[in-house]
Amino acid sequence: MLIASLTDGLLLGFVYGIAAMGLSLIWGVMDVINLSHGPIIALGMFGIYLAFTGLGWNPYLSLLLVAAVGLLLGIMIYGAAVHRVINAPHLSTLLATFAVNMIIIGIGTAVFSTSPRNVDFSLGSFSLGSITLLWTRVAAALAAVLVTALLYLFLYRTRLGKSIRAVANNRAAAELMGIPASWVLAFSFGLGTMLAAISGGLIATFFPFTILAGGSYELKSFVICVLGGLGNPLGALIGGLILGGLEGIIPTFMETTWVPVLEFILFVIILLVKPSGLLGGET
Amino acid sequence: MKRLAYPLIAVSMLWLVACGPTPTAAPTEAPTPVPAAETPTAPPAGIPTGEVKTAVIGFTASQTGKYNVSSTRQVNGLKLWMDQVNAGGGIVLSDGTTIKFEAVSYDDESNKDRVQELYTRLATEDNADFLISPYSSGLTAAAAVIAEQYGKVMITTGAASDATYKEGYTLIFQAYTPASRYLTGAVDLLAHLDPQVKKIAFVYENTKFATSVVEAAKAYAEEKGYEIVLFEGYDAETTDFGPFINKILESGAEAILGGGHFQDGSTFARQIHEKQVAIKFFTLLVAPPEPDFADLGDAAVGVIGPSQWEPLAAFTPESAEEAGLEWFGPLGEEFVEAYQAAYNEEPSYHSIGGYAAGLILQKAIMDADSIDPMAIKEAMDKMDILTCYGHIKFDTSEEAHGLQIGHDMVYIQWQKDSAGNLVKQVVWPLEGATAEALYPKP
Repeated sequence: MLIASLTDGLLLGFVYGIAAMGLSLIWGVMDVINLSHGPIIALGMFGIYLAFTGLGWNPYLSLLLVAAVGLLLGIMIYGAAVHRVINAPHLSTLLATFAVNMIIIGIGTAVFSTSPRNVDFSLGSFSLGSITLLWTRVAAALAAVLVTALLYLFLYRTRLGKSIRAVANNRAAAELMGIPASWVLAFSFGLGTMLAAISGGLIATFFPFTILAGGSYELKSFVICVLGGLGNPLGALIGGLILGGLEGIIPTFMETTWVPVLEFILFVIILLVKPSGLLGGET
Repeated sequence: MKRLAYPLIAVSMLWLVACGPTPTAAPTEAPTPVPAAETPTAPPAGIPTGEVKTAVIGFTASQTGKYNVSSTRQVNGLKLWMDQVNAGGGIVLSDGTTIKFEAVSYDDESNKDRVQELYTRLATEDNADFLISPYSSGLTAAAAVIAEQYGKVMITTGAASDATYKEGYTLIFQAYTPASRYLTGAVDLLAHLDPQVKKIAFVYENTKFATSVVEAAKAYAEEKGYEIVLFEGYDAETTDFGPFINKILESGAEAILGGGHFQDGSTFARQIHEKQVAIKFFTLLVAPPEPDFADLGDAAVGVIGPSQWEPLAAFTPESAEEAGLEWFGPLGEEFVEAYQAAYNEEPSYHSIGGYAAGLILQKAIMDADSIDPMAIKEAMDKMDILTCYGHIKFDTSEEAHGLQIGHDMVYIQWQKDSAGNLVKQVVWPLEGATAEALYPKP
């Protein structure tokens, strides 16, 4: 049971990692906690749902569209809500993204209602000894690894990626070197929302959802970011795996309803003991 | 320190949003009058022409949220009854007064907080003469307090929890078989199918309704000598049943009983199928009798569910006579035909639940010859009738006033017919069975 639960948890953890990576990237580059992260995860879910049920598209191919829309949406959100308050105190950006959160939920509820939706898509399952694994979860984990690898290639091997890292490191110095910081910030925000939308799209292939479903994944993303280190995308993926693993293991020795309680106790302990995260540097 | 405080503020804000009321979806703040389908311009011949009174029936519907599917059917059933009565000229009292009905409803968003607010509005601002419950035991418990407080007779449907009727209320009357008798028949069916099975896992939604159902069924199963190897609830919003499935496998359970409502039940059934769990007997609350459950395809095959009613159920004036009961209302096939004509879908037990609530109210008004709440209450206390929905009789004791004591459950199972199509079959009780149960579950 322990191995089966741990495997299930780890596979889910990869997807949590992608969601947290989006939050972490935005935090690391521009020092903004994006509270519209949850609704964007939900929009990713609905993107896959609409492409699959309305157009009959394969969910994994639809992810490309969801990613592109997520990127553009993020750039638009940055321009409309974040750019003007980027240098204001932290609370201003927090409230600005919280407002975007409420706007998306409001519009989404009006359009889709809060009734649950389901992407009726199955790739079947296979057995490894006594463990039965779903191909959709394996595919989601592989997609998460692929996205992480592409993100790293982008950040470390492309000019724009290097610009993002430069802005994250020292915005003023990057501007002095001729890097258009505003564009880089907008693109980074778009990249973060793209990752959130992709994670939502992957989750939609195996769990039902509503427009409010992103909230719980957003909360998990916070725990993961703290676990892996704020602003550290690779740490986010590892944090996701740790959280997924915990979610798999905890129910083997206590009731499943205790899972969020323990998760948030862990969140507070890490904030108090090592606020830079398990994989972060010294603060 | 600022770095530490910042994420804490963010998480606190998210908690507030997550724990706060559900955002209003396409709010229907304005009451939604439900028009009669064919209101006649003149009373039919033979009906005395007197004063025409319009009785307002107030209720909320879960137009959005997790109860949407079941609630919509419940409201459809109620509207069908209302349309038929109004189109038939209304109810004529002995003094020549004709009672017609008008519905006032709001979207409760499947949210308990909204229910209390909206039922207060129905009772005070809309001056509803009668109330019909929302769907689900949790929402109904919230509405019952308001109905009793404002002295309104409320017929509950889609609400099986026993607890609401043990609060000392006097104006709340239950149409459904109570939760305490919801799954006991499944235990009997399991014993009938395979006396060798001894290990049962209960996995259920942590809600008022499901908890009261499984607690009663657990006590009953233990009494019958079964070993309960797992008894665990899940959060109403659960979408990942993986941890529960792993626990079921670990426990060595041969049968699963549980579930809660439609969404969680169908997700649970889907994941049990995807994980290829070799379980012999699988019974879930609420979800299987819904026609939409067939959308699961192969995952639905072999799943059993208790149902308040099935179109196949054969309640007739003749069976009423045999049972020494008064027959009231249309035949089952007449209801099914009318419902299909009105909504172009097969009625579920939620549909007839709404319709039956209307029939009960109609019979009570006719017996009371009045729409006075106290006269209606007395008529309801005395009611002992058979309808196309089944036997209706209420507990009149102080301990459980209004609890349904006449109606019984039937158990359905999804099977494949010779053409490979999914069909619902009644498998228990044997006297009402339309097919043998598929056992063990494929």
